[in-house]
Amino acid sequence: MKRFEYSRADAPEQAATSASTEDTSFIAGGTNLLDLMKLEIETPIKLVDITRLELEKVETTADGGLRIGTLVTNSDLAAHPEVIANYPVLSRAILAGATGQLRNKATTGGNFLQRTRCYYFYQTDSACNKREPGTGCPAINGENRTLAILGTSDACIAQHPSDMAVAMRLLDATIETVKADGSTRSINVKDFYCLPKDTPHIENVLEAGELITHVVLPAPVKGMHTYDKVRDRASYAFALVSCAAVIDADDNGNLKTVRLAFGGIGTEPWRNEEVETLLMGTDGNNDVIAQAANLLLNDAKGKGQNDFKIPLTRRLLKQVIQRALAGEGA
Amino acid sequence: MSLFESITQSEPTKKMTMDEPVESLFSTTASKLVGKPINRVDGSLKVSGQAPYSAEIHLDNKAYGVLVGATIAKGQVENIDSSSLDGIPNIIKVVTDPKHFLRNSQQGGLKKAPKQGATEIFYHGQPIAVVIAETFEAATEGANALKVTYKDETDQAALNFTKELSNAHEVDEKKGSDKNYVQGDPEQGLADAEVTLDRFYHTPSQNSSAMEPHATLAHWEGEKLVLYTANQMLASCKQQVMDALNLNKDQVQLIAHYVGGGFGSKLGIAPESIAAAIASKDLGRPVLITMTRPQVMEATVRRSNTRQRIAIGCDKNGVIDTLIHDTISSNLPDEAFFEPTALSTHYLYSGKNRRVNYEMVDMNQVLSGSMRAPGEAVGMIAVECAMDELAAQLDLDPIELRRRNEPEKDPSKDIPFSTRQLIACMEQGAEQFGWSQRNTKPASQLEGDWWIGTGMAAAARGNQLQSSEARATLQIDKSKALGVKAVIETDMTDIGTGSYTVFSQVAADLLGLPIDHIEMKLGDSALPPASGSGGSWGAASAGSGVYLACEQLREMLAEKVGLYPDTIQLDNGQIKQVGKHDLTAVETAKENGQAFADSTIDKISETTGVSFSENVLEEQTASEKYDFDNTESYALADVIAGYEEQKVSAKGQIKPGKNGKKYRQSSFGVNFAEVAVHKVTGEIRVKRMTGAFAAGRILNHKTATSQCYGGMVFGIGSALMEEVIHDKRDGRLCNHDLAEYHVPVNADVPQLDVILVEEDDPYTNPMHIKGIGETAIAGAAAAIANAVYNAVGVRVYDFPITLDKLLYEMPE
Amino acid sequence: MSTLTLTINKQDYQLENLDARTTLLDVCRQHLQITGPKKGCDHGQCGACTMLINGRRVNSCLTLAVMHDGDDITTIEGIGMPESLSALQQAFKDNDAFQCGYCTPGQICSATALIEEVKQNWPSHVSTDLKNPDGRLVQEIAERMSGNICRCSAYPNIIKAISQVLESQVSNSQTQEPSTQKADNTVQNSSVTGIWSPPPSEAQLGKTSANTKTATATTGGRS
Repeated sequence: MKRFEYSRADAPEQAATSASTEDTSFIAGGTNLLDLMKLEIETPIKLVDITRLELEKVETTADGGLRIGTLVTNSDLAAHPEVIANYPVLSRAILAGATGQLRNKATTGGNFLQRTRCYYFYQTDSACNKREPGTGCPAINGENRTLAILGTSDACIAQHPSDMAVAMRLLDATIETVKADGSTRSINVKDFYCLPKDTPHIENVLEAGELITHVVLPAPVKGMHTYDKVRDRASYAFALVSCAAVIDADDNGNLKTVRLAFGGIGTEPWRNEEVETLLMGTDGNNDVIAQAANLLLNDAKGKGQNDFKIPLTRRLLKQVIQRALAGEGA
Repeated sequence: MSLFESITQSEPTKKMTMDEPVESLFSTTASKLVGKPINRVDGSLKVSGQAPYSAEIHLDNKAYGVLVGATIAKGQVENIDSSSLDGIPNIIKVVTDPKHFLRNSQQGGLKKAPKQGATEIFYHGQPIAVVIAETFEAATEGANALKVTYKDETDQAALNFTKELSNAHEVDEKKGSDKNYVQGDPEQGLADAEVTLDRFYHTPSQNSSAMEPHATLAHWEGEKLVLYTANQMLASCKQQVMDALNLNKDQVQLIAHYVGGGFGSKLGIAPESIAAAIASKDLGRPVLITMTRPQVMEATVRRSNTRQRIAIGCDKNGVIDTLIHDTISSNLPDEAFFEPTALSTHYLYSGKNRRVNYEMVDMNQVLSGSMRAPGEAVGMIAVECAMDELAAQLDLDPIELRRRNEPEKDPSKDIPFSTRQLIACMEQGAEQFGWSQRNTKPASQLEGDWWIGTGMAAAARGNQLQSSEARATLQIDKSKALGVKAVIETDMTDIGTGSYTVFSQVAADLLGLPIDHIEMKLGDSALPPASGSGGSWGAASAGSGVYLACEQLREMLAEKVGLYPDTIQLDNGQIKQVGKHDLTAVETAKENGQAFADSTIDKISETTGVSFSENVLEEQTASEKYDFDNTESYALADVIAGYEEQKVSAKGQIKPGKNGKKYRQSSFGVNFAEVAVHKVTGEIRVKRMTGAFAAGRILNHKTATSQCYGGMVFGIGSALMEEVIHDKRDGRLCNHDLAEYHVPVNADVPQLDVILVEEDDPYTNPMHIKGIGETAIAGAAAAIANAVYNAVGVRVYDFPITLDKLLYEMPE
Repeated sequence: MSTLTLTINKQDYQLENLDARTTLLDVCRQHLQITGPKKGCDHGQCGACTMLINGRRVNSCLTLAVMHDGDDITTIEGIGMPESLSALQQAFKDNDAFQCGYCTPGQICSATALIEEVKQNWPSHVSTDLKNPDGRLVQEIAERMSGNICRCSAYPNIIKAISQVLESQVSNSQTQEPSTQKADNTVQNSSVTGIWSPPPSEAQLGKTSANTKTATATTGGRS
């Protein structure tokens, strides 16, 4: 780890201001940040501890949604009665990730910001366009079994590893921030992440010193909430492919609500609303599912070892839809 | 130089070389802790975190070292720029020694240092320097900041195994663990067979991944080096250190009271030990180097990947006529170790035409060496998957196929098995598992979203005996209820295998003391040298040393109280006579000889008129020496009090002998597995496993069962998830941590069923035990692979079996 | 710099000028000779460093010591020493839930917290009903303990040890209905373990859990 100056923030605005220069990081749970700092992938000169800020409440909003303080731990969020009752897909997604210990520390805001698990990103003596722009991407012709097939570019195919963020994307969550100059803004999750393109080092739209303060969920969405995570071992592993879904059908067996977001396959949590539109109003037969899968995976690019994610996603999509139509929770 | 030059020869030593079958005292001892599933004696320490591992020993003025590894796979270190650390607080020094730093770890049991050198680079991650600092954080920062320039020759490195196959070369049979072998005419046999199976299997490189990273705390007491180091075999490791640093035997001591797992990776010394020793000497301070987890994976040892050909020729009843097992594995250039995959293939099944052949490929990757059951762990995957496929081809129950090829003797050596219970294990295991209720048709059992399948595989692991010594001392201890305690000393380690406990049981039974009157001192090279933990020979070898030392003590105690050794009973702190002395043939001859000699002397005297000294036959006969009517019971405390210094010591020494050559000694067993394969995603999960293993007498069912769990779970990892991934262009170890190198987690492991099939084998050692720690892993992965085939009708020949290998062929 | 006060196992420790990069794990092991917690990977990938902060289990290698003044930190030494083992520690001994012992302090700290989580009715990845999880089921314990890797693979016995203590400490009043496994040995009677993606249905489990299965709800269905 490189040396840094440690300070503790008393208020969100003060935190943001003190972090307004580059090379300053906020630390809350630290479960991803410290991992990366130990390897000198992240090298902040200043570390601003935000854990004493009063941002750990979960409150209902005027329109029946939920406002979640950024410091709410993953454990607390997943176990929260409101989340379990009204946004179970979020609870499921969080519980599918990491371990009890990590979820006790990881925070809501921090979870959005976790970085890729690509082998080459992780080894600082390797070329990596995300870590060091312009050095190249060894993953493209290398060991890429776990990497992304959607949203990639010639510069980067790194996957986004979060489970929680996939559910948040599904639920149309918005991220509230305070900037160094004191101004605030709301960013929908769909606008939060940046595709790699030729700037893979830029992963989200946050500015220097911009602090996530809350995450807001709109009113609950009726339907069957599921989170499926496909991985190489039964627990404590990142997704090869995951799927968060809220699906509701009418009494005639036609799809009314279809929301689908995918993890493990994209450079960011992957949701394609056109796929959802295509399925809505149909009876979810094999043909329309195949069409939906084609639409979802139209631009999917495997780089050899991760080609299998394409048929896997196809199969998973079909399973999710048909299972929901059959009224089976699992 | 001999491993076994004892410093003092003053203690009486009972020596045994296993040339003949031996009786075991365990059948006559009064207390029977041996065989009881008692709790581990080090349990309280371990559950409260009070058992000290190497990195936890505290010495004043300790400095911290972090190793620096090469960032190229092949080439030369041109310059290490220490000045690149200027300005980093708390850095003490950059230490390197181009001549003495270890290039790689050493293999287990060897008495010389491994290849040394830190200038020429052979693999990515090779340790080239160590940064020493006042704090771990500073040392880590320094290690990351150190500027090293290289002459990069990666373009000449061998980094792609498949491409290098054309450069495969012969192995050095003298230095390896197995030899090439041909019997009959395998190629012709295969050509003539009614039924053949001929397949290639690939297993990947694997990593032992013990939970404790390699660590050494080195300090010098004058010219003497003391290493607290995570190691499995102290006697040979000490010799490796001596050779590496040119020290004599009085100048090196290794201490490893507790080791956080080894599984082969800590058999020989690793680079951090010598680096710590050198740095400590240089600085005049104790130096602690702990390897990071990535360094453990990159710079110690891996299990080699293998490419194996199994070719079987048999008749249509499945009686095998030809068995071919050819293997190619990989290692650093000039390293002799190869993965001895066919160790058990030589004797597992009958067949008159046999071939075992080994080749190697030189690779610029971390050293390959021993990992739990080197040989069978991956060799039996190939053999047992092939047998399963053959059974399916013949429409035979896989167990029946094994039955039809059960050899009466070792088919490759024409010697008898000392004991062999493979059939019994299969039968008992099958019964417990419910094998007869299985669905024999692949891809026919869907439960909900999961295809269910079952499979089995035989298990075998050779039983070895290594030379071992131990000392046993009985001494007064007023704090003990019976007033005495026994101190057992040997350099043997406990790496989780239960040495502390099972040796205590052995000593307790032989000396008639409760378990809390036994003080077990292990893990110190200053103690009598033992076999170390490896090859499943630890309990048998080191335990026999303990056994013999205790047996010697018994004899000395018997003598002291005027009883014959085979009539004494030691029980609850007492010695007394039990039963009548059984005059042995020798004794009888002596008695008869005495009488005959007497009459002969008389006759000669009569004839010649010469009278002979009365002491011609000096030795007293048994009946003159001992009082057989003595039924008194003696308190050990009283007897010991009668010795000078109020204690008595003895040693024991076991050596392998002809029994290992006259008999094929092996543990045998079987693994059964039931798996579920998700019909949509192809994910594979193990639902249950049953293992039945025959490993001689079982000293402690609790710890032995745990060892079997270990092997079975290693099998789950091997079958379904473990794979060391090297980049084929720059040779880096891509998944060099526990996040990306997947070992089974708790949720991967169902409740495991273990049956220990008892057998009595008098050829192995005086305890009649065999090794068990590696038997369970042999073939475990094959049972799972065979179950996957049964579940979805897909045979995978390229391990691990991950979902992407099933996905394109899933049944509808 | 300044003085950092850490409260570990109910005792206050003062640390002068501590390098801010020092993790909570290293401050214990290197500075305070509290060596019960272990370093297995230093990156939150194995759980050997697990200790409790305000009663919750965390990977101490992934948090900085300087962030924890004022917190109540418990290491394995605070759970119990050889003369005063906790019920869980004793259960680990009796069930041979360890071999080399290196992961054991982390396992026990983790399990100690797990028992509390079960009492708090926290669901897990394998809970069929998020509202009413039955944390005593074998598959629940296995999932909840998956953050503690054991290479010696004492897992089956770790489950037995924890199961034993859970049965005695978590009463049926925690769950809606009496457990149908009460009479059975929970450990032996599990027909499905280790299959968790996607979450198993009751049918897959082959038996009902302690809790009533809720029908597909209107808002936020069971999954």
